[in-house]
This record gives sequence, structure tokens and C-alpha cells, in this order.
Amino acid sequence: MDYLLTEEQEMIRELASKITENKIMPVREELDRTGEFPGGIVKDIAAADLFRVAIPEEYGGIGGGCLELCLIVEELSRGCAGVAVSFAASALGAFPINRFGSEEQKKKYLPLLASGEKLAAFGLTEPNAGSDAGAIETTAKPEGDEYVLNGTKVFITNGGEADIYVIIAMTNKEKGARGASALIVEKGTPGFSFGKKEDKMGIRCSATRELVFDNCRIPKGNLIGREGTGFIITMSNFNHSRSGIGAQALGTAQGALDEAVKYSGERVQFGKTIATFQAIQHKLADMAIQVEAARALIYSTARMIDSGKQKNFSKESAISKVFPSDVAMAVTVEAIQVLGGYGYMKDYPVEKYMRDAKIMQIYEGTNEIQRNIIGLELIKESKRKKK
Amino acid sequence: MNIIVFIKQVPETTEVKINPETNTLIREGVTSIINPFDMYAIEEGLRVREAKGGRVTVITMGPPQAEAALRQCIAMGVDEVVLLSDRVFAGSDTLATSYTLSCAVRKIKDFDLIICGKQASDGDTAQVGPGIAQHLNIPFVTYVRKIEEIPEDRKSIRVEKMVDEGYEVREMKLPALITVVKEINEPRLESLRGKLNAKKAQIPVWTFSDMEMDKERLGLDGSPTQVIKIFTPQPREAGEIFEGEAEDCVNKLVEKMKENKIV
Ligand SMILES: Cc1cc2nc3c(=O)[nH]c(=O)nc-3n(C[C@H](O)[C@H](O)[C@H](O)COP(=O)(O)OP(=O)(O)OC[C@H]3O[C@@H](n4cnc5c(N)ncnc54)[C@H](O)[C@@H]3O)c2cc1C
Repeated sequence: MDYLLTEEQEMIRELASKITENKIMPVREELDRTGEFPGGIVKDIAAADLFRVAIPEEYGGIGGGCLELCLIVEELSRGCAGVAVSFAASALGAFPINRFGSEEQKKKYLPLLASGEKLAAFGLTEPNAGSDAGAIETTAKPEGDEYVLNGTKVFITNGGEADIYVIIAMTNKEKGARGASALIVEKGTPGFSFGKKEDKMGIRCSATRELVFDNCRIPKGNLIGREGTGFIITMSNFNHSRSGIGAQALGTAQGALDEAVKYSGERVQFGKTIATFQAIQHKLADMAIQVEAARALIYSTARMIDSGKQKNFSKESAISKVFPSDVAMAVTVEAIQVLGGYGYMKDYPVEKYMRDAKIMQIYEGTNEIQRNIIGLELIKESKRKKK
Repeated sequence: MNIIVFIKQVPETTEVKINPETNTLIREGVTSIINPFDMYAIEEGLRVREAKGGRVTVITMGPPQAEAALRQCIAMGVDEVVLLSDRVFAGSDTLATSYTLSCAVRKIKDFDLIICGKQASDGDTAQVGPGIAQHLNIPFVTYVRKIEEIPEDRKSIRVEKMVDEGYEVREMKLPALITVVKEINEPRLESLRGKLNAKKAQIPVWTFSDMEMDKERLGLDGSPTQVIKIFTPQPREAGEIFEGEAEDCVNKLVEKMKENKIV
């Protein structure tokens, strides 16, 4: 289907697609097996200028938005979602600086992130604060012209690989959720170290790691926005990034569907290719219906966000994460069914697609939490109408 | 270092179809690409520039459509491109082509290194690179798999030339020409900024009147090569291979030769 992308958007998609075909697909099986971070591919993505896409032109970017990011993430995920999330997590770390940072912070960090010379990460989750983000315990105590950080973040994508971390920590515990702030912490700052690197079911080549802060001192100038706006920044960040998770799911589902279609045209049983069996055709059709619906949803949501016309879009953004990630889970499981026993084997990429798909229902707010957000917004909307 | 890279636009297929009546390539319905071997030449040019500074200029001779190939070079990051296009260039063989290309180099004057792919995937002659060097009277090395060194004074270059048994190390004075093989590097992909630049770029076109050249040496008139006939050879049947101990094989072979009345 033609989504009426601009010429520039087509270029972006084509570049990402070339990286997937030429650089990711040939090595993804090995990356999955070893869990090694795809540093070389990250360099290729940087050389193609794709890290520049969502950064404003005055800081070395191209000035694109959500849709452009989704196009890249979709294409990269068709190759390997582990690579795609390493790219996307840097965008997640760059967004708070770009949207809420000072001129000085933008000048210092955005050009480095635009060129892909440095990666970023976003650290919110803690051992005792997952879905319940308000329960974070990491503190950033103001002391003179510094903050002193203490605490541990877990499951942080690009942990160890990134140079620039946006960390959500409590600058004033008494104020509860209003006491959280977003701070920039650079790798190499004394008192900042990396803990356990996770051994994961899927997206295995992405780095998921613990961040440990032990009396880590950072200048006050590293505060993003004002003190107390940590969760406002977090929510805005997630509202803008959720369709990106949708795009990961979309690319993953598309990749699995492509494999299933290809295989069904080659595999012969009962003297015919299995694609001639209606049972298989209907499976493929159902997969395609879901994939295309997910794509239409993600692109429209991203366009709406980029237009800037709608101020509150937490419901739409949640929908654009939940539906595609549920689709990806269902489609990748079905793809294995189409390949039968071969689909269960590591010789074919579909079992990897399935393992990769699972995380998309979990991170950046589980699908249960997304449904909570959608439900709450529905109730709010109906109350507003009554007035 | 000022580097000139020559490229050719070729049909994207390994199975070139030939019109038996006109003895020419059938180009309809075949998309055009940059000759794959030239991609390594472009990449090497960019790498030398990145290491030593300077500019990379890519030149091609061809019809106006060849502009697309040059835009792709801009997207990969080269500094300048030139299209040599004129009716009088049409029908050039390798001699006339290399002469025409050398005239473009003379116009540019200031260059240190010329890089070409080892051969074009359509003609497969591997003659144009060395031909340019001869016309310019500069040294050349073909089948280069590695540039070992260009010393600080930039007066010479040391390269590894692929030969059947391995490689030879050759050194020559600059300016010089090399033709490169695919072992030399991995060509980069295009970049987004490059593609955006390529879209906007004006492609300079040089015609006969833009260069100092001898008209008799151009195009069909300047091409001593005459194609009498082009045909697709019939595939030969695979031969028979005898396996086993040498003595048995020899016996089998003798049997076979007797059978076929060769001996
Ligand atoms: C591979 C990976 C990468 C990650 N990358 C990052 C990162 O870069 N940065 C970062 O900050 N975090 C990251 N995370 C953390 C991720 O966002 C959290 O894992 C996620 O938000 C869920 O938190 P939890 O794991 O603590 O689960 P829990 O919150 O403990 O949830 C457990 C279960 O309870 C359900 N549940 C919890 N609360 C409710 C509720 N109120 N209503 C209904 N159901 C509920 C959940 O949906 C889930 O099913 C990453 C996680 C993983 C696995």
C-alpha cells in the first residue's frame, strides 16, 4: 500500500532497508547467538546519517520527527529488533535533551548524537520500580553546584555502550512524584559504573545493563528543565516513543510474514507446495491483515504527533504500541506454525522473530499499563463530554 | 591528494542479451547500475581522501541518463562529478574511450591519482584504465588489492597487485593510475545527507567543445576495433572426471580414448 510518503521519507526508508539487507541479515543469527553488541552496524547506521533524522538541523540533524524514526525502526527490525532497539534507545535518550534541554545542553550533546559518534540511553526502571515508576529510589541530592547521585537502575538499553545517559532520580523525596528530575550523566563520571549485563530471551545483541550510582557527582548544569519535572519529561518522552515500539513490532511481524510466505511457496507436501493449501493461505492472509492494520495505525499516529496539532495524545500513543506488539506476538507464533518443525529450529529466522516480539509487549510500559492509560483517557474524555 | 575516479554505467545483469542483427546490447527493460568493480574504485578514492585530504572527482562518459550514476556517487560522498556526453563520442571502442577520458583529465590538470575498476561487467576488456594511463604518459598498476602506502611527500605510491600466485608489491611515482579488484575494500552505502545533496546537484556536462581533443580519435571514427559478429556461445557439456588411484584413472582414460577412437 502506498502511504504517500515524501521523497525524503522514501530515501530514509530505502537507506534503512539497505542496511538491513546488506549489513544486518547476513550476521543476525550470529549476533543472536553471541549476544554481542552490533557496534559495526551502529557505525553503518551513523554513516548513513540515520541518527541525524530526529535531531533539528541547527544541531547537525535533518529535522525529521516521529514518522521518520518509525520508518527506520520498522526497516531495521525487519532485520533484527536487537539492532533496531539499540538505535531507538539512543533516540529515547536524545529526546529529553532536544525537547526540554537548555541551549547549552543541546549544543553540547545533540551534534554528538546526530553523528552517531555517541549513543544515548534513558534510565528510569529500578529493581523496585517497574510499572510503578513513581516508586523510584535513586536520589540526586543537591549539594552546592552539584547533584550527588545514589541508587541503581536496571534493564537499561544501551547500558555500557552509550556515553550519554538521561537518568530520572529524586531530587526531593518529600515531594513524591513532583520531586523527580531528569539529569544528564556522562559515562566515565566518577561514581557511575555498570553492573550486571542481562542474558535475554530475545533482542539478544542489544545491551541491557544495570547502572550503579555511588556518590556520583554531576554539575547542576546537567539538570534537564526544572527540578521536579522528571516525570513530566518521562511521560512526554514515552508518548513520543511508543509508536516507535509499535514500529519495532511492525518490522518484526513483517519479517516473519515474509519468511512464512517465502517458505510456503517452496515447501512441498502431498505433491504440492503448502501455499496451495487454503489452511495455509488463510493463515498468511490473517497475518497480512494484521500487519497492514498495524502499519496504517502507526503511520497515522506518528503523522498526528509530528503535526503538533493535538496536545494530549497519550491514548493514541498507547494504542499505537499495544496493537502492533500484540500483532507481532500473534504473527510470529503463526509464522512458526507455517514453517512447521523447521520454524522451531534456529536454522530459520522465525523463532528469533518470536523471541524478539515478546519484549515489545513488555518494555516502555507493559501492554497492561498501556491499557490502563487508554481506559483512563476514555473515562476522562467521557466526563469532559458530559460537562 | 586530488583523486579522479572513472566509472561506467552498465546494465544490471550478468546475462547480457545481444541483438543478433545489430550486434549491440539489448538495453530495453534492463536497469542501469554503476559497474560493480567501479564501486571499489569510488570507495578507495573516498578512503584515500579521508586519510590524506583533497578531493575526489568522478567522471563518466555516456548518454545523458548516465547522470543517475553520478548522482549515486554524490550520495556516497564524492566532491565533484563530470559527465562527458556528446554525439561524437558515440560508438567509441576502448581506444577512443580511453583517449576521450584522458582529455578530461588534461582539462582538470591538477591530479595525483586516478582509480578505475579492474574492468567493466558488460565489456570485460580491462583495457580502458591502462589506456588512459598510456594517453597521459603516467605509470599504472592493474589489479590492485591494497594501497600499502602513500608517503607524506605524496610523490609516490606503493600497492599490492594481485597475481595468480599471490601478490606483488609495486611502487611508482605519482601521478599514477591504478585499477582495483574487489578484495581492496567494502564499498560504503549512501548517506541521507549525500542523497539530499545528490537530489539538488547540478551535474556538469562536458562536450567535445569543452575539451581540447582531436576529432578523428573520437567515437566510431577513432575506433579501430570492428565488431564483426557477437554471439552467445553454446554451453559446453561438462567433461567426465575419473576419480580414484592414478593407475586406475589412467586405465579408464585409455579405455575411453580407445572407445572414442582417439587412439
Ligand atoms: C530488554 C529490556 C529493555 C529495557 N530497557 C529499558 C530502558 O532502556 N530504560 C528503562 O528505564 N527501562 C527499561 N526496561 C524496563 C521496562 O520498561 C520494564 O521492565 C517494564 O516497564 C515493566 O516493569 P517490570 O519489569 O518491573 O514489571 P512489573 O511492573 O513488575 O510488572 C509485572 C506484571 O504486572 C503487571 N502490572 C504491574 N502493574 C500493574 C497495574 N497497575 N495494572 C495491571 N497490571 C500491572 C505488568 O503489566 C506485568 O504483567 C527494559 C526492560 C527490558 C526487559
